[in-house]
Amino acid sequence: MEAVVDELPVILGAFWLTVKLTVVSGVISLIWGIVLAAMRVSPLPVLRGAGALYVNVLRNTPLTLIIVFCGLGLGTVMNVQFSRDDLSLNSFWLSIIGLSAYTAAFVCEVVRSGINTVPLGQAEAARAIGLTFLQTLRLVILPQAVRTVIAPLGSLLNALVKNTTVAAAIGVMEAALRMKNLFDAHGDAIIPIFLGFAAGFVVLTLPMNLLSGRLARRLAVVR
Amino acid sequence: MTEISGSDPLVRLEGVNKHFGPLHVLKDIGLSVGRGEVVVVIGPSGSGKSTLCRVINRLETTDTGTIVFDGRELPAEGRALARLRSEVGMVFQSFNLFSHKTILENVTLGPTRVRKISRQQAEQRGMELLERVGITSQAGKYPAQLSGGQQQRAAIARALAMDPKMILFDEPTSALDPEMVQEVLDVMTGLAKDGMTMMVVTHEMGFARRAANRIVFMADGQIVEEGSPSEFFTQPSTERARDFLSKILTH
Repeated sequence: MEAVVDELPVILGAFWLTVKLTVVSGVISLIWGIVLAAMRVSPLPVLRGAGALYVNVLRNTPLTLIIVFCGLGLGTVMNVQFSRDDLSLNSFWLSIIGLSAYTAAFVCEVVRSGINTVPLGQAEAARAIGLTFLQTLRLVILPQAVRTVIAPLGSLLNALVKNTTVAAAIGVMEAALRMKNLFDAHGDAIIPIFLGFAAGFVVLTLPMNLLSGRLARRLAVVR
Repeated sequence: MTEISGSDPLVRLEGVNKHFGPLHVLKDIGLSVGRGEVVVVIGPSGSGKSTLCRVINRLETTDTGTIVFDGRELPAEGRALARLRSEVGMVFQSFNLFSHKTILENVTLGPTRVRKISRQQAEQRGMELLERVGITSQAGKYPAQLSGGQQQRAAIARALAMDPKMILFDEPTSALDPEMVQEVLDVMTGLAKDGMTMMVVTHEMGFARRAANRIVFMADGQIVEEGSPSEFFTQPSTERARDFLSKILTH
């Protein structure tokens, strides 16, 4: 227990990085996922095909592979750099790319299932008053679609919090990698340290689940 | 009867054909609707009435034939098609009000987003239209909070908000409880009197007699007969129409 108290600033710092990874890649994957969903329902076969290909490749590749590819493939081989001298900042952003690219594929499928719950008549009425395809999507279909899938989107965000630990694979000092380091430093306090980190994740995810459940009920579209 | 300018119809269909898979739903349709004319389309279910209505604003595509609206052939897609649709109002059987928007927002969405009218102006005009259809007190409510008749009247206000050159009614009262049919028909009769060009697919024969300039009778994807309401209802010229009328007018 003493080890956990002594190392508390370090642990909190690691969780702060976890929060940053979650928030930034959460926002990016939400936007990118909605764009992908729009592509997959668009009238243009090229966009539909590209969206489907992206989703099926990313969704069926292990996240670890994607993150390692971002670190080595993008970072080392292709020399994508976000900071010349701060290596940790570099791997932070590279892992954001991986997490966002991966999570967006799932966001896309959730949003697309939401689009399927919106009755066809809504789109017909929107087109009948002269809205363009994009306006119909943005003003009529997506607002209703997203409201029906707030709960599953919450589950995705919950998974994302835990998936950020994979960023450890390319050296991002988030909670999981920090925990492993603390194990090495405090070999006699493995169980307390483990419990401390586990509790930290619960503290992050539990309120999110409650909030998304409440939002889903509040924003439900009554038909 | 209203004077119809025969030389320049608002809508003209020529040789229009459409298939749904193996089903030939529109067979070589030719039809004109004059400015200010009220055309009521009747016929047995599955005769292609709704499809005829829906090809005019291209919610359904056609296989062959031409459709000319206001002197121009219907655009196939894109912004030109959206612009055309903004000039043709449509009222659906199932209302199709935007469920996530209030009644007033339903009415102002088109004017603000398509016509780029200021929100304030659109709301003022929206309230006038809601007044015209008699539901001002429902302006702030969501569609699901209204009765079917109120929803359909809101849908008519939404169509009117675009100042359309014509309104298509696709069985506007078929999904309504019987006691709500009249309030919707009253609004439609009012529009007809005010000179709105209308094409109405309906089973309401009373409305057809009262408000139509012309009855179009369809069966099996074809226009079998057309004529003034008095002619059609008293002495239909085809066996098919006589048969149809005998079935619906006896009870």
